[in-house]
Amino acid sequence: MKQKLTYTIMAALLIGCASMGKAPVSPAEDRSAMINYYKQILPDIKFENYIYGALAMNPDAKSQYDEMMEFPSYAIDLDKGQKMWKTPFKNGKNFASCFPNGGKNIAGNYPYFDNAAKRVVTFENAINACLKANGEQELKYGEKEMGLLTAYARSLSDGMKVNVKVEGEGALAAYEKGKAYYYARNGQLNFACASCHVQSAGKFIRSEQLSMMIGQASHWPEFRGGTDIVTLQGRFKQCEKNVRAKPKEANSDEYNNLEYFLTYMSNELPMQTPVFRK
Amino acid sequence: MAEAIKMRVTMEGNIADVKVLIQHEMETGLRKDAKTGNLIPAHFINQVVATLNGRTVLDAQWGVGIAKNPFIGFRIKGAKPGDKVGINAVDNLGARFDDEAVIS
Repeated sequence: MKQKLTYTIMAALLIGCASMGKAPVSPAEDRSAMINYYKQILPDIKFENYIYGALAMNPDAKSQYDEMMEFPSYAIDLDKGQKMWKTPFKNGKNFASCFPNGGKNIAGNYPYFDNAAKRVVTFENAINACLKANGEQELKYGEKEMGLLTAYARSLSDGMKVNVKVEGEGALAAYEKGKAYYYARNGQLNFACASCHVQSAGKFIRSEQLSMMIGQASHWPEFRGGTDIVTLQGRFKQCEKNVRAKPKEANSDEYNNLEYFLTYMSNELPMQTPVFRK
Repeated sequence: MAEAIKMRVTMEGNIADVKVLIQHEMETGLRKDAKTGNLIPAHFINQVVATLNGRTVLDAQWGVGIAKNPFIGFRIKGAKPGDKVGINAVDNLGARFDDEAVIS
């Protein structure tokens, strides 16, 4: 009897130890572990080239991309975004007056966690907050107009390093939720984001190579197929459709948390907006 | 309609490399409107003329076979910095697309 009790206590202690070992790892540890993982499975790709995603795995596609970017087919669309950014509001102010430094070199700080509102604030949220504060009509999330405007607005931060901070309890909780979403299996095909972009990064899915998670969030919005503008959350929707899942709405809490997590993982990488993707 | 056309000229030795983008629907006139079932009227660029200092260097007759938002790239031999490259496109409804660039 005494022996049995000792075993029970020992078992309880072991379980206790195991659950202690599961203590949440910090975002910084997550990120460095992920970078080390990609260094192992894709040893030829340098850290700074992660921003090119799958293009970094294929020198031929990269050279075509470079040529395309010299005079990109979205140049005329980008001018429209510039016009929207510079057109003054009815009260005489404009977008530049809403952001520090006239909107230059700030987009890398987004998304951030707003402790007062207890939610993640994306760059698109900040744009709409600016419109609202100046009595203008807000733009729809994930749609073309928002895409064109942010394409230009974010281009003012080209070369800035992504600099997302996860500080405080609420921020950590949002980060963990985003991370859980990235790793949660979803849809009829039962894929998580990570199934492709972590486990199978660099492998082929039909004719296309899969990009790595690090660097996935530093270059949005992008012009797919040359002139079709897609925001980051718009891309989440497309990915979810691909795995036969029901996409969430743009600017939903799920997507904002996911964007927060994903952008944090792209920290220290230079921003480049907009870019061409096929 | 200058905002719907964009040109870039770069020099490679004594050859000017010209690249032009035009935003245009390029409707063939053969597609039907999905809702009404009526034909969408043809609307396409049918002539593109490029000039170097006013002298024509390229004259192209286009048709409905060219895709939406066309891109045209060509090279001009013997161009030099300071030369003016012009491009004019006209569509079947008479709308003009003009742009001009000075080679730097």
